[in-house]
Amino acid sequence: MIETDGLTKKFGNLTAVDGVSFKVGEGEVFGFLGPNGAGKTTTVRMLCCLISKTSGGARIGGYEVGNDGDSLKIRKMIGLVPDNVGLYEALSAYKNLDIYGRLYGCPENQRKESIQRFLTMLGLWEKRDTAAGTFSKGMKQKLAIARALIHDPQVLFMDEPTASLDPESAKTVRDFILDLKKQKRTIFLNTHNLDEAQRICDRIAILNTRLMATGTPDELERMVGNRKAVIKLEKMSDFVVDSVQKKFPSAKISVEGVQMSIDIPDVEMKTPDIVQVVVQAGGRIHFAGAVGSTLEDTYLKLVRRDQ
Amino acid sequence: MRLSQAWIVASKDFALFRKRRNIIYSIMVIPILVTCLVSFVVWYIQHKANGTVSPAELTVLLPAFIFLYMILSGIIPTTIASYSIVGEKVERSMEPLLATPTTDGEILFGKWLAAFVPGVVAVVGFGAIFMIAADILSHGTLGYYYFPNWSSTTVLFLMVPIAVILSVEWNVLISSRVSDVRIAQQLGSLVLLPFAGIYLSGELNLINLGDINNLLYITAAMAFVCLLMLYAVQATFQRETILTRWK
Repeated sequence: MIETDGLTKKFGNLTAVDGVSFKVGEGEVFGFLGPNGAGKTTTVRMLCCLISKTSGGARIGGYEVGNDGDSLKIRKMIGLVPDNVGLYEALSAYKNLDIYGRLYGCPENQRKESIQRFLTMLGLWEKRDTAAGTFSKGMKQKLAIARALIHDPQVLFMDEPTASLDPESAKTVRDFILDLKKQKRTIFLNTHNLDEAQRICDRIAILNTRLMATGTPDELERMVGNRKAVIKLEKMSDFVVDSVQKKFPSAKISVEGVQMSIDIPDVEMKTPDIVQVVVQAGGRIHFAGAVGSTLEDTYLKLVRRDQ
Repeated sequence: MRLSQAWIVASKDFALFRKRRNIIYSIMVIPILVTCLVSFVVWYIQHKANGTVSPAELTVLLPAFIFLYMILSGIIPTTIASYSIVGEKVERSMEPLLATPTTDGEILFGKWLAAFVPGVVAVVGFGAIFMIAADILSHGTLGYYYFPNWSSTTVLFLMVPIAVILSVEWNVLISSRVSDVRIAQQLGSLVLLPFAGIYLSGELNLINLGDINNLLYITAAMAFVCLLMLYAVQATFQRETILTRWK
């Protein structure tokens, strides 16, 4: 659905986005992670045909980004939730959506039906005649999402949709994005919230002007490779430790109180075997699992290495 | 250029203007005040000056009064255009608008319509009311209805629309450089200076504003400046420039 090939944007001597290549499939939720100034918003603006690319290529739904003839077609098939919601604060929630429905060329009946459906889904129908300027940040963000969906776009670009929201509003917005995911919409999510990316996205790209890594959240977690199996016992015994060491001679085992950490390759696959050995050795397990490297570890390692 | 898209942009601005009293006041109050004031002056001359103003002097005064409406045509679009464009900047609503399948030209034309239509309707409307009032009040002295005539028609129906266009163009350029509505209005008001200059030249007898030929020369010059400014506006109103360079 979205494809970029060496996409680059320069502002004078400053390179904002440097040769970024990725593919986003239909119905996929693709997270774009990166620090402030990494080029996330610039990439979204290029893909939404808001600013030109300096070099490279990008296609959305088969249409070429940067081609004048295709720009209107691309803008018709996408919805954008910008980092600043940009609502008409003096106008009602209904009027805000109605204007955009008209700009996207939605017929009146479809427009009315869509406005009612989205405002109801987002819990704003009762406030439809209230000026958007009186809404809380969370309500404004929800209204901005409804505005981006009013024409039923195939691709939804969301730029930091939960930034500056309180936890409850952020959860409402995240839940709504998860609902959209169930509807198999293609979503391109710019965020620097790692937890959000991990929970929502099918795949994640880490950007710091250049693309540092792309993969599923699990793949990225494993990228830095220091995950360990951790077994927490009711009571630690030398026999249990020796049994594990005997079964897995290459493992590096460290014990701290009642917790045993086992550094071993392919840790996810071997954890059930380790558990079996511990149980056979008479250990009573309180917790067992592969822990250690997280998406945050990978993100920080990649971004710091780049800096 | 799809006029329907431009009209949606304009009608959105009209809806916003209806929510802002200061825009309504600037469209209505100033033209009402000017119309009342100049009509009062004509009435005063008729009823209180006891014939000290001759019919010849009155025919110099009346075209000068109608020229005041050209100055008005610079004031009203200044208020509207500054809210229309700087208002979008303040509310950060330009990005989602630019992300819709609407071209830069359609958005610009919509903004232009939003400032042009109320500006022209208010100035021409109140100018017409003044002409009727002045005719009624001056008929006793002149013995005939002075308005409408070629010069007043040229001012109201040719010069005023061009002055409004000039004002809108100037204000688009100003609005791209500032992010405060009041500063935009203050700088935008500079467009009045050439109009005021023409009016003063008429008052100082440097130009005969009752002469249709002089008015047509001035109109042609304004139309030329208008075209030059249109190029500048089109260069300024590019989506990439708006998103990355507008302050």
